[in-house]
Amino acid sequence: MDLNYSQEELAFRDEVRGWLNANLPQDLRDKVASYGELTREDLLCWHRILAKKGWVAPAWPKEWGGTGWNVVQRYIFEEELGYVGSPQLIPFGLAMCGPVLLRFGGEAQKKRFLPRIYNGDDFWCQGYSEPGSGSDLASLKTKALREGNEYVVNGQKIWTTLGQYADWIFCLVRTDSNMAKKQEGISFLLIDMKSPGITVRPLILMDGGHEVNEVFFEDVRVPAENLVYEENKGWTVAKYLLGHERMGTGRIGASKRELARLKAFAARQPGDDGGPLLEDPRFRDKLTRVEVELMALEITNLRFLDQMRRTGQPPGADVSMLKIKGTEIQQSLTELAMQAVGPLAQPFKAVGAPGEFDAFTAGLAPRYCNFRKTTIYAGSNEIQRNIISKMTLGL
Amino acid sequence: MNFDYNEEQQLLADSVRRFLAKDYDFETRRRIVASDAGWSAEAWATLAEMGVTGLPLPAEFGGFGGGAVDLMGVMEAFGEALLVEPYLATMLAARLVARAGNEAQKKALLPRVVEGRLRLALAHGERGARYNLAQVKTEAKAAAGGWELSGEKVVVLGAPLAERLVVSARSAKGVSLFLVERSAARLKTYRTLDQMRASDVALKSVRVGADALLGREGEALALIEEATDFATALVCAEAVGAMKFACDTTLDYLKTRKQFGVPIGTFQALQHRMVDMYVAYEQAKSMACVACSKVDHAADVRERQLAVSAAKIKISDNCRHISQESVQLHGGMGMAEELKVSHAFRRLTMIAQQFGDAEHHLARFAALDRVAA
Repeated sequence: MDLNYSQEELAFRDEVRGWLNANLPQDLRDKVASYGELTREDLLCWHRILAKKGWVAPAWPKEWGGTGWNVVQRYIFEEELGYVGSPQLIPFGLAMCGPVLLRFGGEAQKKRFLPRIYNGDDFWCQGYSEPGSGSDLASLKTKALREGNEYVVNGQKIWTTLGQYADWIFCLVRTDSNMAKKQEGISFLLIDMKSPGITVRPLILMDGGHEVNEVFFEDVRVPAENLVYEENKGWTVAKYLLGHERMGTGRIGASKRELARLKAFAARQPGDDGGPLLEDPRFRDKLTRVEVELMALEITNLRFLDQMRRTGQPPGADVSMLKIKGTEIQQSLTELAMQAVGPLAQPFKAVGAPGEFDAFTAGLAPRYCNFRKTTIYAGSNEIQRNIISKMTLGL
Repeated sequence: MNFDYNEEQQLLADSVRRFLAKDYDFETRRRIVASDAGWSAEAWATLAEMGVTGLPLPAEFGGFGGGAVDLMGVMEAFGEALLVEPYLATMLAARLVARAGNEAQKKALLPRVVEGRLRLALAHGERGARYNLAQVKTEAKAAAGGWELSGEKVVVLGAPLAERLVVSARSAKGVSLFLVERSAARLKTYRTLDQMRASDVALKSVRVGADALLGREGEALALIEEATDFATALVCAEAVGAMKFACDTTLDYLKTRKQFGVPIGTFQALQHRMVDMYVAYEQAKSMACVACSKVDHAADVRERQLAVSAAKIKISDNCRHISQESVQLHGGMGMAEELKVSHAFRRLTMIAQQFGDAEHHLARFAALDRVAA
């Protein structure tokens, strides 16, 4: 056992860190640092910089642009991405639709979609949840009826993250309502967001941000060639995808960065006695407990990766643990950052001319609000506990 | 980076686990605890045969020169079996002999420890000192041909089972260590809550020779801190084993205990709590890896101390979490003396406060972190 990175791994980390620092545009760096809202162009700009370097989809097979890195190198890269303070790579194409196509897609589908995902030509979003189907995803009702060489889609998706930017949406749709089990009769369909009959309606969250949407489908005609895998076998695809989705929700590098920022920030904030807030034992102890939890999670994550490397097995229900702990840590950090500014957490948006309005401080409470999403999305943390209970513990 | 035990570490942990399963089951442990001596000479001899008593001691004195990582698997196995032998106490004191002692002292003591013929204990903690290692009031005065020691030590784990004590005492130059025959001290002996033997040790003008001084006069504090960090890392690994037992036995109970006509493990309210115990166990295990690895390989003292404190914070918190939940999920049976889970509760409860509780280590972590900033 040796928890230190090897010389080679350290050299790799330094190379990655150096390159990311040199190539992350300053305006994007500033925007991320001030928790500003990122536009479609911001997100794609960083995506394309990484694509040009050949680093945008390390886990993909080499023939499709993967780097051939081992799991530890991939982990280092992801952590450095978070640590440098770059815009998050939107996972819908790179980490979700891409891997699904690689695993289940036909040759034509791979050739058509993968390079465009890789290069950031298409912006993807995810059509899973519906108003009546959240945790009970398999109860989804959006219908796709086969008519000749087309499916006709009717229904509604909700919580569609960045749907307002998307060129494409991958959807779970019901192609057969007469199956015995609700998991059967579901199919995985790729839909062009410019198709007639699609309406995107913003859902503004309590932080004031436009991040998610409702997407309505009214007689949307989708070519049958956009079906991935077999008709009525979409649940197999969905389950595979959910495992992938959770793998990235630990966000350890980003949390390490936020922790370091919070420490520096709390050292400059006054406590009640006029000394640095960071020295206030009650604040400090809360912060240290989060720091220790994060250290533990990092090692737990690496232990799982190491196990994957040795056994060649894909991640099991253990990734649910990373999701639970990773999101709890992210929430704690946003809560402590908001708490650190005390009464100054209250100002939200300037009225009239902005003047000297401190946007960073005013962003802390909305960020706290926004991060409540993390324990809800990608399978709520209660669903993750159900998964561990069933798969790992056999209850 | 790798998280594997090497082949030797794995083989040793496996054979210790097999031995404990066969010869140190819960009934055997119960008999050992109830015996006058409170420990098992047979088990100790077997551990010595297996090389466990020599594992962290220098090769030139018959040991294997191993570190905390080499002992992790063994300590986990001890934790699962709730071993009550004075292993940790002996290794803690032996480390001080190995690090501070002169050739004659090492030669006189260490081979016998390795062979299982000698047990040691560190008499350091004092009433009112709480977890402050620097607070030593026991006095060491130069006396004709040696030293005179006076003071009182409390909760000296393994003291009644040790032939020789390593005693800390303060002289004008600072804190020093002395080798003292146990028979020279007055012991008030008791069983601890977790069924180990310990004593309060009174030293009343105890005379020892000049050759009893271990290391240089006044320079022992850093050595005591290092050895305590080492022991803390080991007890973290032991805690992981006890947590594993508590989790496994609780999971079994959820699958077999029926109420309302079904196994209680079908209730989601209990499933989620079981999952949280399991997550807490994995997180604790990760931090035990950190502590053991850094005790062996830290670049400097500060890095070692930060890692050990971080680990002990998590271990202490999760000792409480897992022990409390394991009893709660067992219902009334979890309280019963006859079930091993109640003994795991007692061990985990004590580990949470051994070598510093979470609050002590939170304070140490913050102080060290401040130095860095």
